[in-house]
Amino acid sequence: MSQVAEAPHRSSDAEGYEGLRIRSLTKEFASFTAVKSLDLDVPSGSFFALLGPSGCGKTTTLRMVAGLETPTSGSIELSGKDITWDKPYRRPVNTVFQNYALFPHLDIYENVAFGLRRRKSKEVDRSVREMLALVELESQTRKRPPQLSGGQQQRVALARALINSPEVLLLDEPLGALDLKLRRSMQIEIKRIQMEVGLTFVHVTHDQEEAMTMADTIAVMNRGVIEQMGAPAELYDNPQTTFVANFLGQSNLIEVEVRGPDGDLVTVDMQGTLASIPADRAHVASTPGEKAWVGIRPEKVLIAEIGHDIDAPGNSIPGGVVSDVSFIGVSTQYLVRMPWGQELQVFEQNTGRRRLFQQGEKVDISWRPEFAFLLDHNQDASAGVDRVDAAS
Amino acid sequence: MTASTAAAPIAPATPPEQPDRPAPRKRASVGYWLLLPGLLWLVVFFVVPLYSLVATSLYDPEGSVLQGYDMTWAFGNYLDAVQNYWPPLARSLLYGGIATLICLVLGYVLAYAIAFKAGRWKNLMLVLVIAPFFTSFLVRTLSWKLLLRDDGFIVNTLQFLHLMGEDGRLLATPVAVIAGLTYNFLPFMVLPLYASIDKIDHRLIEAAGDLYSRPIVGFFKVTWPLSLPGVVSGTLLTFIPAVGDYINAELLGSPKQRMIGNVIQNLFTDANDYPAAGALSVLLMLLILAMVLVYVRRAGTEELL
Repeated sequence: MSQVAEAPHRSSDAEGYEGLRIRSLTKEFASFTAVKSLDLDVPSGSFFALLGPSGCGKTTTLRMVAGLETPTSGSIELSGKDITWDKPYRRPVNTVFQNYALFPHLDIYENVAFGLRRRKSKEVDRSVREMLALVELESQTRKRPPQLSGGQQQRVALARALINSPEVLLLDEPLGALDLKLRRSMQIEIKRIQMEVGLTFVHVTHDQEEAMTMADTIAVMNRGVIEQMGAPAELYDNPQTTFVANFLGQSNLIEVEVRGPDGDLVTVDMQGTLASIPADRAHVASTPGEKAWVGIRPEKVLIAEIGHDIDAPGNSIPGGVVSDVSFIGVSTQYLVRMPWGQELQVFEQNTGRRRLFQQGEKVDISWRPEFAFLLDHNQDASAGVDRVDAAS
Repeated sequence: MTASTAAAPIAPATPPEQPDRPAPRKRASVGYWLLLPGLLWLVVFFVVPLYSLVATSLYDPEGSVLQGYDMTWAFGNYLDAVQNYWPPLARSLLYGGIATLICLVLGYVLAYAIAFKAGRWKNLMLVLVIAPFFTSFLVRTLSWKLLLRDDGFIVNTLQFLHLMGEDGRLLATPVAVIAGLTYNFLPFMVLPLYASIDKIDHRLIEAAGDLYSRPIVGFFKVTWPLSLPGVVSGTLLTFIPAVGDYINAELLGSPKQRMIGNVIQNLFTDANDYPAAGALSVLLMLLILAMVLVYVRRAGTEELL
């Protein structure tokens, strides 16, 4: 499992690594281990997201980087300098707190100026005004935090941290308290600001869409470890664990038996149909007879009337019956019951070129082999599925 | 003081919700009727005595209890009172001020520890703060007399350690009086401080640390300003009764530590000089009122009044 975000930024020794480097970081609380021997490299200038359900250790990791939590073991380095045991006020790291934690007794100007004043900066006024202009709050300088709306408070929190030009800016569920619409616009706003200032952002969230919208690298965390790390599209297209497959978007996972490698492909017996998966998307040992999960994203599954040609050579499975149809405008979501009893999800774009299928209709389904992935059968097929409940 | 505390439980005059009898008009008048007992109490035990006190302070000083007093609007009483009794008046403010400061330091540390560090012992510690109120003020002060007595444990220990001379004593010194005041009024400081500090969001202190404040700087820039309402109400609740107190000076001090409360008590009960006692009482009240106003204004916590 690769824990290195972008290979070109990597250097073999800690010295000279421009960015945040975490090695074997562990945090044990009295009754459980929040973070288990975590390794992580965040390249300088990147927008990095730690994504996972609540209680997965992502916030604890962030707090250890900020110095608000003491690691049980391991190390944290910033630009080659070990900061593991530095006090929070000595670290070139600032945090945007989950509920902003703005100082209620200070006005917006003084909230933003707080860090500069502590460091006896000479250019407080100019910097504060520039920063307030960046987050578009110039007109609110003398108001107190409770007088602002949630979105404005969010921007003050961002400005208060950003003004210190930290080597790493930590964002702890920064948009969690906002409503959906505001959250969308703040995502774009924060992304814009990150590009403008060019600092390293580490963003903790349980919202997969938020992580995919904003970050250029996502690390999916579960139970104290990183399950997989990479660019959003890479994680989505080629998940390596059932947790990632289910937590990031949705997946159909079908139990199969491995037949063995066949050139660049791995052939499997999928409930009586032969199917193949590219070898670089098979994250299991391709020993013949071994059980595994074949995964396919619902929008990659094609659906057709029996006997009709489907534009997907290979992996075609007959005998499906439509058991549920949800028309949601841009797309239609089908549930198709397969001969072995499993219901598969199928999303189809409403291009208008094909008719809708009816409930109870018999259909064939198929997909292109290059979109499927093969996962370890020891993993729970429902891991990460109930993320909506976990998040709320 | 008595009057205002008595009125407090009655002040929220809105009647309890009665969903089965929605009679809004009746309800409004019920509110005023509920005010009545409190108002009556205030009139009988606050307005009338206050009027009587102010009147007494302006009686002809030549009169006596036996012959009766004439109302001569003798404002000179106030001048005489200041001239004759300014040392105990000043001493009261000094002792009260010092005791309040010590209470503030001790009380802040204690309230901070209870609010932020006590964890599950919080409630127990709060009960311990209030526990002394289960015995009488007088009894507690008398026990301090025993503690500080001339060959008592504390004096002997201090002498053994050569921190105090062979003939040194604690009783009948300013130290004893101020110690007594501090002890007796400490809970009045701790409780409002605790209420204020306990409300502070711990993440604000983390945020201060994250923004380059050492713990001590974070304390003065975040914790302290946010606890100011507690500081102001605590110091008022301590200072006001401490300045007017006479039990501590009476039991733990000597005539040299006489406070204004002792003087007033003496003038009323022994010297029978009612006009002078009245003038001193009113003077003390006005003085404290003025100081409180200036203090609250400066602390920027007017909303407390």
